[in-house]
Amino acid sequence: MALLRHTPVEVMERKSLTINPAKTCQPIGAMYAALGIHGCLPHSHGSQGCCAYHRSALTRHYKEPVSASTSSFTEGASVFGGHANLIQAINNIFTVYDPEVIAVHTTCLSETIGDDLKQIFDKATKEGKVPAGKTLVGAATPSYVGSHVTGFSNMVKAMAQLAEPSGRKTHKVNVIPGWVEPADMAEIKRLCAMVGVDVTLFPDTDGVLNAPLTGEYKMFPDGGVTIEALKRTGDALGTLALGEWCSADAARWLDAKCKVPCTVLDMPFGLAATDRFIDVLRTVAGVSVPDSVSNERGQLVDMISDMHQYFYGKRVAIWGDPDQLISMCEFLVSLDMQPVYVVTGTPGKAFERRIREICADQPFEVKVKAKGDMFLMHQWIKNEPVDLLIGNTYGKYIARDEDIPLLRWGFPILDRQGHQYFPTVGYKGGLRLLEKILDLLLDRKDRDDPETKFELVL
Amino acid sequence: MAKTKKLVQLTPTDIKEDILAKYPPKVARKRAKQIMINEATGSDSPPEILANVRTIPGIITMRGCTYAGCKGVIMGPTRDIVNITHGPIGCGFYSWLTRRNQTDAGPDGDNFMTYCFSTDMQDQDIIFGGEKKLAAAIQEAYDLLHPKGICVFATCPVGLIGDDIHAVARKMKEKFGDCNVFAFSCEGYKGVSQSAGHHIANNQVFTHLVGEQTKAQEGEFKINLLGEYNIGGDGFEIDRIFKKCGITCLSTFSGNSSYDQFARSHHADLNLVMCHRSINYVADMMETKYGIPWIKVNFISADSTAKSLRKIGEYFGDEALMERIEEVIAEEMKGVQAALAEHKPHTEGKTAMLFVGGSRAHHYQDLFTELGMKTLSAGYEFAHRDDYEGRQVIPDLVPDADSRNIEEIEVSADPELYNPRKSAEELKALEDSGFEFKEYEGMNKQMADGTIIIDDLNQYEAEKLVELYKPDIFCAGIKEKYSIQKNGVPMLQLHSYDYGGPFAGFKGAINFYKTVDRLVSSKVWSYTEAPWQKSPELTGTFVWE
Repeated sequence: MALLRHTPVEVMERKSLTINPAKTCQPIGAMYAALGIHGCLPHSHGSQGCCAYHRSALTRHYKEPVSASTSSFTEGASVFGGHANLIQAINNIFTVYDPEVIAVHTTCLSETIGDDLKQIFDKATKEGKVPAGKTLVGAATPSYVGSHVTGFSNMVKAMAQLAEPSGRKTHKVNVIPGWVEPADMAEIKRLCAMVGVDVTLFPDTDGVLNAPLTGEYKMFPDGGVTIEALKRTGDALGTLALGEWCSADAARWLDAKCKVPCTVLDMPFGLAATDRFIDVLRTVAGVSVPDSVSNERGQLVDMISDMHQYFYGKRVAIWGDPDQLISMCEFLVSLDMQPVYVVTGTPGKAFERRIREICADQPFEVKVKAKGDMFLMHQWIKNEPVDLLIGNTYGKYIARDEDIPLLRWGFPILDRQGHQYFPTVGYKGGLRLLEKILDLLLDRKDRDDPETKFELVL
Repeated sequence: MAKTKKLVQLTPTDIKEDILAKYPPKVARKRAKQIMINEATGSDSPPEILANVRTIPGIITMRGCTYAGCKGVIMGPTRDIVNITHGPIGCGFYSWLTRRNQTDAGPDGDNFMTYCFSTDMQDQDIIFGGEKKLAAAIQEAYDLLHPKGICVFATCPVGLIGDDIHAVARKMKEKFGDCNVFAFSCEGYKGVSQSAGHHIANNQVFTHLVGEQTKAQEGEFKINLLGEYNIGGDGFEIDRIFKKCGITCLSTFSGNSSYDQFARSHHADLNLVMCHRSINYVADMMETKYGIPWIKVNFISADSTAKSLRKIGEYFGDEALMERIEEVIAEEMKGVQAALAEHKPHTEGKTAMLFVGGSRAHHYQDLFTELGMKTLSAGYEFAHRDDYEGRQVIPDLVPDADSRNIEEIEVSADPELYNPRKSAEELKALEDSGFEFKEYEGMNKQMADGTIIIDDLNQYEAEKLVELYKPDIFCAGIKEKYSIQKNGVPMLQLHSYDYGGPFAGFKGAINFYKTVDRLVSSKVWSYTEAPWQKSPELTGTFVWE
């Protein structure tokens, strides 16, 4: 009995029906990014359900409180516009919850009726609804364009737009980490500190979505990038944007408007992408890479060489967000693994091109699809199976039906813990990824080997 | 437990004032009517509560939307209908498997619950209209899966751009001939909470599905169970008990439900209503159209389960059935008593708060009562006044602009299928003996005087209540869970049962006792402070011997 028993082997072309999406909508990305601002309450401008769904999804993923408010549209607001709701909301939020910042994002509802956030913000400010020293941030995040990744990017760009260049350069480098876990953001900060680069990381959900249990709830935890720091991003030496889809827009805006030069890099998952990140950091800071970092790198290379026989030639199906997939595929290929099926729901032809480049001249053919879905990927697997699945929790149905191990990685992970605490970026993160992949492959080997071949030492 | 208890010196009136003090005046005036100090038990005319009204913008509410109530709650658990969300991808994605809709389709039965179907509308669909894409998507689903039914759910932008989803559904239904297609105008902005979505869903199921199959199912004592969603296997446990008693459940609306079950539900002789909030009007409509009487039941808590079973026995008036019911109760109660003997010593005298659903905060108090626990404060997320004050207030409810948006369907006796299950005399005799048809008393009567009842609780008020009362357990949903727990108070999710369950029926009650005992007795809350935080001032230095 199969859980996805209706998925046929034959692939029928679908033009209009998406089944089992490998993406979700913009506002949740904006909400996640906004949580990486210190003292910020994300606000969803639309009907209540969006906010409830996004809070639920983020809460289930992080097992942490996710506070966010909503404009609570009913039919009236949908017809006459949401101005009144948002102005009232801003007043209520500052009075009741007293955040430093409200980061508003739109929904498909408020976008369709054409609410203009900037205009509403001006009105709220004129009417004295924004107390002195408090900040409003706004991002347009229509759900029918792009994906959750686009929403993240749009909110990050709105954060960059807070920059107020003073003309006095700081010694800091802006680092935009992209949609990664709080632990990854912490790891990126740690690596930068090791190399000796003073950075402003934004957004920064470290400390916000991995907060300790102390017996005292803080609606606004200690973490997050401050508004002051965001204002000074316009004076930075430069910006490193990790990920074309998540981070490049904000970095290019700072480059164009504030003359802060930017470099767009891949997210530092795996060996090569981390190498390039460290190399650029070194150049930016004008320092040599400390031995401590080189040692971490060497440890990762050591583990790859130690266990190469188990990685070699293994076929992998992988789905998720473009920036993450690009680095992960490169890592898998560098291990001599074979990412044969690569699917993202996020649109973008450049993604397909990039994956094909990474997999060019390899002893396998890659099937890659942007704007794809997990139903199609499952059909590919049914036609020619794989040894490993890498992706979010929704893959567990395929994993069970087809009896393939699943490495949970990406968003959302609803049924396992640890992703908010243990990074998968950098060399340390690479070690953790390898450990997890090995555990899955070797557990499978131990389960499947005949008694004669059951080995103590592997 | 090393936790220190906060002694409440404040009166409920002080607490209410304390909560309201922080609000802007307009907000405070509205919330004052939604926060009630209970005096229902001792008073003839208990105070009115304001419910089923708009949430105030900017207030961090527990509520969801109409789409969530329609697609997620009511239609989600129907395994063999293909549910297509017409809209951008988010709504479909978030309602994909997140409500724990357990089902048993057997080895070969259709089960589409593990799939998420969406038209994934793009900006050009919003600009030029999405009807063509919807029709094509329905066609693709039909070609691929050949289901008995396809349902379409409208999201916010669909309502705004004016796609006629009902016309598309009608056209496709005619085209297929062997697949029922119908649609729901359940845009998120309609109504003020999920409750509107329940209503829209039920109306369409009643209009397009119920009564479709003429062939009656065999069985003695045929009932439907309405308003039971099989969270954590609740429905499975209730089914087990029914089978043991010899009661035939034709359909459950809508936990573990199937197309055929809905279609033949009109053959039942009695409707049982569990969650009265989500479905009492369907029971009313089925009575008017088919002549099936309905009673309110509750299978949450062992005593309530026993009471409800006896009520069913009494309705059918069959000696053998009543005897069997007593035997089942006696047998099941042995396990329940044993579990209580084990857990009650740990729970007795402890306190609870619960803010859940439209009748969950009501039903689950029975379980806490069995555990010897007191409910200090409770309220609903999407209830109407009758859920607090009892069914008798329904005639007094004044419809507002938001409730007028929700279609009321006119129902009359079906010329062929109407068949009163009991004669007027039989009904009267039952009523004279104290039997109650279509009656529920609401939460207020159940709660002690001086407890605080709050409609549409929000995050700030929840924090305040926890700070002032320090309850031993707090029950709400996933969004509330971790902020409460950061305060050192255990939180049990009563929408998803923290991925455990069942909590219904006899075995569910035992499971609940165990769960609550685990939560209120957990050592984890004693670890919140590190040893060095208890006396942070360093008064001496440690010297190695």
